[in-house]
This record gives sequence, structure tokens and C-alpha cells, in this order.
Amino acid sequence: MFDLVMAKYNFWIYIVLMMIGFYAMIAKNNLIKKIVGINIFQTAIILFYISISFKRGATLPILTESDMHGHTTIEIAQYLNPLPHVLMLTAIVVMVATLGVALAIAILIYRKYHTLEEDEILKEAK
Amino acid sequence: MMLTDQAPALIVVIPLMCALLTPIIGLVKKELCHIWVLFALALSTAFAVSVLLAVISHGPVHYYMGGWMPPWGIEYVIDHLNALMLVLVTGTALVVAFYSPKSIERELPDKLTYFYTVFLLQVTGFLGIVITGDVFNLYVFLEVASLAGYALIAAGEEGAPLASFRYLILGTIGACFYLIGAGYLYIVTGSLNMADLAAALPELYHSKVILVAFAFFMVGIALKMALFPLHMWLPDAYTKAPSVASALIAPLMTKIAVYIMLRIMFTVFRPSFSFEILPVSTIMVVTGIAAILVGAVMALAQIDFKRMLCYIIVAEVGYMVGGIGLANETAIKGAILHVLNDVVMTLGLFAVAGIITYVKKSHNLSDFQGAFKKMPFTMAAFTVIGLSVIGVPPTCGFFSKWYLIQGSVIAGNWYFVAALLFSSLINIVLFFRILEIGYYDQGDHGNQEKGAGRKFTEAPVSMLVPALFIAVLIILIGFYNQPIILGIIQHSVPTL
Repeated sequence: MFDLVMAKYNFWIYIVLMMIGFYAMIAKNNLIKKIVGINIFQTAIILFYISISFKRGATLPILTESDMHGHTTIEIAQYLNPLPHVLMLTAIVVMVATLGVALAIAILIYRKYHTLEEDEILKEAK
Repeated sequence: MMLTDQAPALIVVIPLMCALLTPIIGLVKKELCHIWVLFALALSTAFAVSVLLAVISHGPVHYYMGGWMPPWGIEYVIDHLNALMLVLVTGTALVVAFYSPKSIERELPDKLTYFYTVFLLQVTGFLGIVITGDVFNLYVFLEVASLAGYALIAAGEEGAPLASFRYLILGTIGACFYLIGAGYLYIVTGSLNMADLAAALPELYHSKVILVAFAFFMVGIALKMALFPLHMWLPDAYTKAPSVASALIAPLMTKIAVYIMLRIMFTVFRPSFSFEILPVSTIMVVTGIAAILVGAVMALAQIDFKRMLCYIIVAEVGYMVGGIGLANETAIKGAILHVLNDVVMTLGLFAVAGIITYVKKSHNLSDFQGAFKKMPFTMAAFTVIGLSVIGVPPTCGFFSKWYLIQGSVIAGNWYFVAALLFSSLINIVLFFRILEIGYYDQGDHGNQEKGAGRKFTEAPVSMLVPALFIAVLIILIGFYNQPIILGIIQHSVPTL
């Protein structure tokens, strides 16, 4: 069991983080805490993507003359996969945009009800 | 010609660029924004139609963004299914843009410029989802469309921000699940291009990673689609949104999610995987039946017209998902035809809801009192649309329902037949109740203000023309359903 956890620890971290975020999004009463939950949830996914591009002992996929050491072939195992990083740059932008929209809506709600606790808002809305 | 070669990119780029320029135009003159939006959408529609014609005559169009070859570059692939969806999205947006100015003037007078900016971004998101051939690109556009949707909905009447916030929470969960699914596919195949994935995946069909990825995709999309029991965000959000926003989002968002589902099930995965290796078919039919029943019953319980329409959408999503789940060609044909019909019908219904809101400043069923006398044209359009939702020939709603029922008979699933018929019966009650209020119920003060009561309070022409246009379109689609099926839909049904 312990080996199973240790061998794939990056996945376990991402699962735990994701569940923390998921719990906050669903169970928390305060709207700002829900927004923080969204952020944790999305960060977990970003960590997941970044971790899958990692290879032990590999380096940045930037080739220079000196890297080749006179060889003409490239050892793929020596280089990290850059694509997940690029994808996650886009995902981070999406995440920031989501955060912005969520905060803007939270401001609208606060102006209307003067509270950010969901139960109090629901009480007032009725 | 050069320009038509670039048409697939221009369909998406034009609304995007025009959205960015809208605030500047709004600074110069507010009234120009409407013309500008119409111009952008008309151009986009023209390109979408040209692409549809090209696809019908020459088969699928492939477009490589920036000249980068797939699988590394982003590819736009347009086959019969998404060519049809492109025309639907641009056409709907154009009709709504034509319909919008009076309604926005009354509901959001000081936010006109920003409303139109987000409106165009919303359309960009929808178009991008439909046109792209890349799983990750689809996620980005899904979020563009969703974020614009949250903003548009939050601008609505009282309680809209809270409804929008809840939609944001659930929508984000849905999109993130989709992203996780894409990540799992990437781990095992190293590709994000749909065609590339389709080629690489069959060898891995028994890997658990693939099964988990598929499950994440389906749940994420079901959240965006408001498939029962994940529909809780929809009624509040679409009821409280501004009339124009709900007329744009309500017909498109759920149907585009159905489109994504078709893509994932039939393009990225093979139909044999989707239906044979996993019990997806049963799950889809069961949730479809549940959605139809719950949607119909809840619609019956509403006194708010827009909220009633929202529950009708929940039921209609059940039609489409159940139809796909039946897993035979007739039913899938019916489901795709129903996507087309449902966009048109829902657009019409929300256009009528917008007119009622414009005239009466609220959208309850009781606002229809005396409506036949005061706004005969709106009600004529409404009657045609209502008959189509019920499924009376020769309106378009009949034909898709016919295919769905035929498909479920072929599949031997009598529960789905029963659910479809039950929902049609409920729809009869729903719409005839409104027609009755419109005809016979003159309101409490009908006698006192006899002079005032006779006056026409018909909607402004700019709102009326779209509603009538949709009514005509419904009958036309009904009459020409065979050419549409044979020319377009036939080619997008997978071979099972």
C-alpha cells in the first residue's frame, strides 16, 4: 500500500488537493471560500498536467550545439515534454478569467444583500 | 479565392475581433454598437453558409491554424455535423442580434456597449467549440463561452447574480472534469487532436485510464448540458437572465453540449466503444427518460413562463441524450434533427418570452391575459412554436419526435416511447393552458378599462419580425426535413 502511494505520489497529491477544492466549492457557505475552492480545484488539475510531463533526469527541451556532443541523434528520454506546460499556460489564463468573473459576481451579490454568506442571502432573497 | 480558403478561421475570428473593438465603437456612439454586431454576425453567417455548401458538395473541410500540421498544430475540422451547427449558431446569433436593441434599451439601458461586447464573445465561444478538431482547444472555447454566459446572466433581473454564481460553480466543475478527461487521454496517447486520438485509442480500449477519461468527459459534459439530475443550475440562471441573453444562451448552450457529447462518443471514441464496452447506452436512456419525466412534471408546476420554458429545455435534453443512447441510426438521426429543431423552437419561445417581458415588464403566465387581442402577431408565432414543441405535423417538432419514437421501437425500448408520448401530452397541457389564458382570460380589470383594453400593445417591429421569422422557419424545416436529413444529417450519423 505504502509503495503504491509513494510510487505515484504526484497523483495522490493532485487527488487530495482536488478533493479539498471540490469540498470547498460544494460545502462551504461563504461565497469567497467557494471561489477559493474553485482555485484549488483548478490548481490541482494544473499540477496533474505538469507532473505528467516530468521525466527523471531529463532537462529542458532546448537544443544547443554543445548538447549534441557530436551525436546527430537526439535522446528523447533526456528532454521533458514541453506541451503540457504550454497547455497549462492557457489553463492558467482561463483560471484567472474564471476568478475575475466569480469575484465580479460576488461583488454584485454583496452590493445587493450586504453579505456573502449563502444562507443569509437565501433568507433575504425570499 | 483566398478569402474563402480562410473561411473556417474567419467564422471564429470575425466575432472575436469585433468583440474587442465594440467598446471603442461604443465610446464613439452607443447606437452604432448594434449595427456593428449585426455586421460582424452577418459576415460570420455568410462564411458559415459558404462552408456548409462546400462541405455538402466536397465533403469535410480541414483547416490548419497558422499552417501548422496536426497533430501538433490546432486543426479545424468541419464535417456535415458541425457545418450544420455552425450555421445554426451564427444564424441564431444573427436573429437574436436583430431582435435585441429594444429589449436591451428597456432592461439594461446603461450597459449596452458591454452587453454587446460579451454577446459577441459568447458567440465566439460557441463557434469555437463547434468548429475545432482539438480536444484542448475545445476546452478553452468551452470556458470562453461559459464565462461570457455567466457575465450575461449576472446582468439580469433581481436574483440573477446568485443564479449566475451557482451556474459558475457547477459550470467550472463540468469544464474541469472535461479537462481531466483530456489529460488522461493525453497521458496514454500523447495527442490532443481528435482524428489522431481516434486512430490511437482503439488499441487501448481496455485500459482503465481510457474508461476513467470517458467517464470524466461524460459527467463534465452532462453538467454543461443540464442533463437530469445535474440540471439544478439551469432554471434559475435562464429565468433571471436578461431576455436577450436567455434568447441567445438557452437555445445554444445545451445543444452545443449535446454536440460535444456526439463528438466525444463518435469521433474521438468509436461508437463500438461507447456502446459496447461500457453500459453508457443504458445510463443515457435511463437518465434521458428521467429528465423527460421530471422536466415535464416540473414545467407543469410553474407559474413563471420563462421558468416553465427552462423545464421544457430539461425535458428536451432528455429527448436528445436518450435518443443517442438508443444506439441505432434512426434514433441518432432523430436526435441530431432534434438538435436543429430544438435550437429553432427554444429560440422562438424565448423570443416570445422577451416580447412579453418587454410589454408587461414581467414574465408570468398571467401576463398572457388578453394577449390574443392585444398582440395577435406575437401570439400567432407563439401558437406555431407551441404546436411544434408539442409535435404536431407539419411543424418540425413532429419529424424529430417521429424519428426518435421509431428509433426507440427499433431498439425495443418501450419505456422511452412512453416517456416521449407522456411528455408530448404534458406539452399539450402546457401550451393550451397559455392559449386559453390568452384567448378567454381578460384579466380582473378587463371590464373597467374597456377602451384601453382594446388597444393594440403589439411588440416593436424589430422584436416581432424575428418571432414571425422563426415561426415560418419551423414550418419550412418541417416541410424540407427530408432534404435536410438526406443532405446533411445522414452523413453525420456514425455507422453502427
